[in-house]
Amino acid sequence: MANNHYAAPAPVGGGLVNIVTLSCGVLIALMAAILMVRFLFGLGAVTALNDGYPWGIWIAVDVVIGSAFACGGFSVAMLVYIFNKGEYHPLVRPALLASLFGYTLAGAGVMFDLGRWWNVWNMFWPWSINPNSVMFEVAVCITLYIVVMWIEFSPVVFEKLGKDDARRKVSKLMFFIIALGTVLPMMHQSSLGTLLVVLGGQVHPLWQTPALPLLYLLSAIFMGYAVVLFESCLTSTAYRRKLETHMLTPMAKIMLGVLAVFIVVRLGDVLMRGTLGRAVEPSVQALMFWLEMACFIAPLILIGAESNRRNPARLFLAGVLLMLGGSLMRLSGFLIGYETGGDFSYFPTLAEVLVTAGMFAVEVLGYIIITRRFPVLPREELQAVK
Amino acid sequence: MGTRRDFLRGVLAGGAAATAGVVSAPTFARETRSRPPEALGLLYDSTLCVGCKACVAACKMANNNPAEFSTVDHLWDTPLDTSGYTFNIIKMYRNGTMDAKDQEVNGFAFMKTSCMHCADPSCVSACPVSAMTKDPETGVVGYNPDKCIGCRYCVAACPFGIPKYQYDSPTGRIGKCELCRHRHKDGHYSACAEVCPTGATLFGKTSVLLAEAKRRLAMKPGEMNRFPRGHLRHAQEKALQGKPDGKGVMMRAGWRDEPDQSYETRAGTYLPHVYGEKEYGGTQVLKLSGVNFEKLGMPNLGPDAAAAMSETIQHNLYGNLIMPFAVLGAMTWVARRNVKPEDESSGQGGKDRGQ
Amino acid sequence: MGNLNEIFDTGRETLRDVERRLDMPRREFLQFCATVAATLGLPAGAEAAVAKAIEAARRPSVIWLHFQECTGCSESLLRAEHPTLEKLILDVISLDYHETLMAAAGHQAEAARKAAMKANKGKYVLVVEGAIPTKANGIYCKIGGQTAIDMLKECAADAAAVIAIGSCASWGGMPSTISPLSDSSPTGSAGVAEILGKPVMTIPGCPPNPYNFLAAVVHFLTFGKLPELDKLGRPKFAYSRLIHENCERRAHFDAGRFAMEFGDSGHRQGYCLYKLGCKGPETYANCSTLGFGDAGENNWPVGCGHPCIGCSEKGVGFQKPIHQVAKMLNVTPPLQYPRIVEAQGKAASFASAAAVAAVAGAAAGAAIMLTRNLGLSHAAEEAERTKAAKPEDKAGA
Repeated sequence: MANNHYAAPAPVGGGLVNIVTLSCGVLIALMAAILMVRFLFGLGAVTALNDGYPWGIWIAVDVVIGSAFACGGFSVAMLVYIFNKGEYHPLVRPALLASLFGYTLAGAGVMFDLGRWWNVWNMFWPWSINPNSVMFEVAVCITLYIVVMWIEFSPVVFEKLGKDDARRKVSKLMFFIIALGTVLPMMHQSSLGTLLVVLGGQVHPLWQTPALPLLYLLSAIFMGYAVVLFESCLTSTAYRRKLETHMLTPMAKIMLGVLAVFIVVRLGDVLMRGTLGRAVEPSVQALMFWLEMACFIAPLILIGAESNRRNPARLFLAGVLLMLGGSLMRLSGFLIGYETGGDFSYFPTLAEVLVTAGMFAVEVLGYIIITRRFPVLPREELQAVK
Repeated sequence: MGTRRDFLRGVLAGGAAATAGVVSAPTFARETRSRPPEALGLLYDSTLCVGCKACVAACKMANNNPAEFSTVDHLWDTPLDTSGYTFNIIKMYRNGTMDAKDQEVNGFAFMKTSCMHCADPSCVSACPVSAMTKDPETGVVGYNPDKCIGCRYCVAACPFGIPKYQYDSPTGRIGKCELCRHRHKDGHYSACAEVCPTGATLFGKTSVLLAEAKRRLAMKPGEMNRFPRGHLRHAQEKALQGKPDGKGVMMRAGWRDEPDQSYETRAGTYLPHVYGEKEYGGTQVLKLSGVNFEKLGMPNLGPDAAAAMSETIQHNLYGNLIMPFAVLGAMTWVARRNVKPEDESSGQGGKDRGQ
Repeated sequence: MGNLNEIFDTGRETLRDVERRLDMPRREFLQFCATVAATLGLPAGAEAAVAKAIEAARRPSVIWLHFQECTGCSESLLRAEHPTLEKLILDVISLDYHETLMAAAGHQAEAARKAAMKANKGKYVLVVEGAIPTKANGIYCKIGGQTAIDMLKECAADAAAVIAIGSCASWGGMPSTISPLSDSSPTGSAGVAEILGKPVMTIPGCPPNPYNFLAAVVHFLTFGKLPELDKLGRPKFAYSRLIHENCERRAHFDAGRFAMEFGDSGHRQGYCLYKLGCKGPETYANCSTLGFGDAGENNWPVGCGHPCIGCSEKGVGFQKPIHQVAKMLNVTPPLQYPRIVEAQGKAASFASAAAVAAVAGAAAGAAIMLTRNLGLSHAAEEAERTKAAKPEDKAGA
C-alpha cells in the first residue's frame, strides 16, 4: 500500500435532512436559547460555576478537551508534510475539517465563558497584553491557528466555487501555512498544560508537574491520531464507505510510538517527583489516575500486534480509549484534581451540559454538511449505491 | 524516492527542535520576586481580634459593595466567604466547647480573609490582559475592570482564593481587596485598619509591620504591652512626611495625621510564625495567630511562587519567540520540500500532489 | 402569687390603708408595684402579688451598715423619684438603723441597732454599704469603737438575709483597688461575702441602680426569699447581660463607627465609645436597659458620652485603666461568623446528573455498537479473504 496514488477528494453528496442532522438542529437550538439567557443574565444564571471552580465544563471540556480532539488536522498534516508520509494524504482534508470545527468552536466556547467578552480585544492590544501569562500565549496561538486552518482549508472552498486562480495563489504559500499550522498547535497544546502550572498546589500532584507542557503536547498528538481513527471509522460506517484500514493501520503504529513515549514520560515524572504514593491512597483522584492510565495502556495491548492493527474494531476501540484517556487527564487536571481549599463543590448544570452537547452538535452537523457538499473525503470509486 | 530520507530529515529538524527546548535544562530561570522596599500592607493579629466585624462593614462601605445574605431574614450583611462583593471577611475557627479564645482544642479563633498582596502574585502572572497589576512602588495588587475579559484565570490561580467573580451579573467583575488604594489620594489608608478597634489590623509599610510582628513574637504571653492601632509608621517617617529623607528620597506624603491610638493590653500567646514573611516569596499582608494557620484556612505554602515556575517554563519556550521561530523555520524548510504547489495539477478536482 | 382580679378591686380596704400610710395615691402605688415587678422580670399579674405584699402591715426591720464608702449608694437610692422612694424606705420597711438617715446619734444609735436586732432576731434584713478593711485587724474603720469586721459579723449572725449594696460591699470596690506598685490595697479592703465566708446577695455598681436594690428587697417581701442569683451573688434579673449587648450605641460598634477622642466628630455624633476604653463589653449590668436614677433616659455614662468604666465588675472597675480597651466577653454567637471553611457551590441536580449519564451512556453505547459492527464486518472480510467457513469467530474482538 505504499503507493501514493490516491483518489482525489469529492463531495459525498446525498440528502442533508435525516435523524442525525435533525437531532443536531434541536441541540443547537437549545444551546442558542441557553446562551441567550447566559448573555442576558450572567454566567450564574445557567452554570454551576463558583469561586472554587471558576472554570467548568465549558473550559475543561469544550476548550481544553475539544481542542485536543481537534488535533487530528495537525497530527496528520505533520505526518504528511513534515515527515513526508504522502500515503496518508487522503486523511488530511477530513482531519483538517474536524480540526477546523473543533478549534473554531473552542474559540466560540471561550467567548461564551468569558465574563467580560466585550473587552476581549485587549488580548491583542499591545498596551494590554501580558507575555508572562500562559493564557495570553494560548489565546493568541489558538486565534492565529484558527485563521491558519481556514487558509489551509480554503482550497476546498475555492475548488467548490471554481475559483482556481485564488486556489493557485494560496497553494503557492501553502508550505508556510502548513509549517505554521504545525508550530502553532504545538505551542498552544503544550501551553494548555502549562496553564495549570501557575495554579500551584491547588492542582493535585498527580497532575501538577513542570512536565505538563510536554505531556499535553504528546497527548495532543496521539489524541489527534486517535481522533482520525475514530472519525475515519465513523464516517466510513455512516456513509457506508470502504474502511480506510490501509492507511489507519500504519498510522496507528506511529500513534502507539507517540503513546509509548508519553507513557514513559508520564510515569517517569510521577515516579521522579515521588508522588506515586498519592496514586495509591483511597481517593477519587487516585481512582481517576488509574482509570486514565488504563485508557493509555489498554491500546498497547489492544493493537500492539501488527495483525490486530488490521482489525478496524480494535483500531476504533483503541482510538476511543486514547481520546478518553487524554480527556480524563485534562478533566482531572482542570476539574477533578483541582482543589482551591474550602468546601467547594461543582457539578455541571443541565444547561451547561446542553451547551456542551450543542457545541458537539454544531461540529457533527457542520462536518456532515461540508463532507456532503464540499470535496473533502476521497472519491469513492467502489462506492455502494447511495 | 527519498521518502525515508525526507522522513528522517523531518524527524531531525522538527522533532529535535521542538523537544530540545522542552526537555533541555532551563536556560532562563525566573526567580521568585520579593516585596518592593516601599511595599504597603497590613498586619493582622488574630489574638487581638475581637470579632467585631467593623472591618467587614467598613470594607463594604469603602468599596461601595452591596450586602450579601446567608440567613433567611436578610436583615444583616452576612457573607459566608469573600466574594465578588465582599473583599474582606472575619471567619471563625471553632473547636469543641469553644471555651477560650486562641486555643486550638476546645477553643475558638478569628481569621481575617482578604488579599495577601503577594510579592510575586499568581493572579498578575496569570492575567492575559494586564487587568491585574502590581504597583511597582507600593506593591498593591490592583484590578482594572476596563481591561478585564472575565476569564477568571486569576480566580483559579490564587492560592489564597482571593480574586472572586460576580457570577450573578451579565457584566460581572472580579472583586478583590486593593488595599483601598482609591482612598490613598485623600490620605486615607485601608478602611479595615482605620476602623479596627483593637489594632488587630494595622496598616503600614510591610517592613515596619514585619518588625512590629517580630516585636510581638518576642513578648511574654500575658505581659502588659503597648499595641498600636490604625496606621503604623516610624516616628521618623511621620516627621519627614512630604520631605526628602536626607538621601534625596521624598517620604510618601499625604497620609492624614491622626492621634496616637496605641493602648496597653496583655500580649497574646503566639505561634512563632509570621505568616506571609516567607510564604510564596513573601506577602505584603502579614498574620499572627495563636492557632495553627492551616486550621485558620491559610494554606501551607513554600517559599517559591507558582508564578516563578510558570513564567520560567513560559519564557524558556517562548522567550523572545526564539524557539517558535526556530521550529517554524525548520518546519517551513521541510514543508517547502514536501508540499508541491498545485499548479501542475490538472483542474477538475483531480490533483496529484504526491511525487 | 396574688389573684389577678384583686388588682382591679381598687376599693379594697388594704389598698386604702396603704394609701394613707404612704401618703400616695392608689394609682401611683399600683404603678410602682408594676415597675418593680417589671424590673424583676416577673410575669404579668405579679404586680398584684407585689401590691399585696406591700399592703401587708408588717414592715420588715432593716439594719443598714456603712463602712468604707462614700454613701453614694444611699444617695442614689434617695434620688429615685418614681415614686418617692424615701417614703417607701421609711414606710414599706422599718429602717431601724441607718447612719445617714437616722435621727439618733452616738450611743443612742448603737442602742437602737442592738434593740432592733434583739426584737427582730432572725427576721431582719441586713444591708451593708461599703467595703470592710482587713489589714491590721481592721482598725481602718471603726464605729462606736467596734471594727467593721466585728460589727458586720455581729449583725449578720441573726439576719434573715444579707444584702451587699454597691461595689465596695460586693467585692471591695474602689477601696480595694490594687496599685501596680503593690500587691494589695492600702487597707486590705474586702467585700461582705469574703468576711462572712458565705455567699450573700450583691448589688454591685458605683452606685448601683436603686431599682435593682429595691426590686430585690420587694422580691424578698413578696416571696420571702431572695431572687435568683448568679455565682457572684448578683440577682440575675439585673446582672445577667453585658452592657454591650443592649447598648444604645451598639449599632455604631457593629458598623465600625467609633469615637476616636473626646469631642471629635464621631464623639459628637454619638458613635461607639469602645476605642475610648468603654468597658461595656466586659461588664454585666442592666445600665443600658433600665433608666438610671429616674432623671430621664440616656443619662447613664455611655448615654452622655463617657465610656463605661465597668464599676459593677470586679477586676474591671477601679482596677483597669479607664481608657484601656476592654476585653470582649461575648464573641461567640455561633450563627454570626462564617466558619473557616463553608460549603459552597451546587451539588449535582438530578437533571444534570441524568444528562451527563445519558450523554456518557449514549457515547459508550454507540462506541460499543460501532466497535461490534466494525468487528463483524472485519471478520466477514477476513473470512471472505481466507475463504474460511466460520465468519463469526472473531466477532467478539
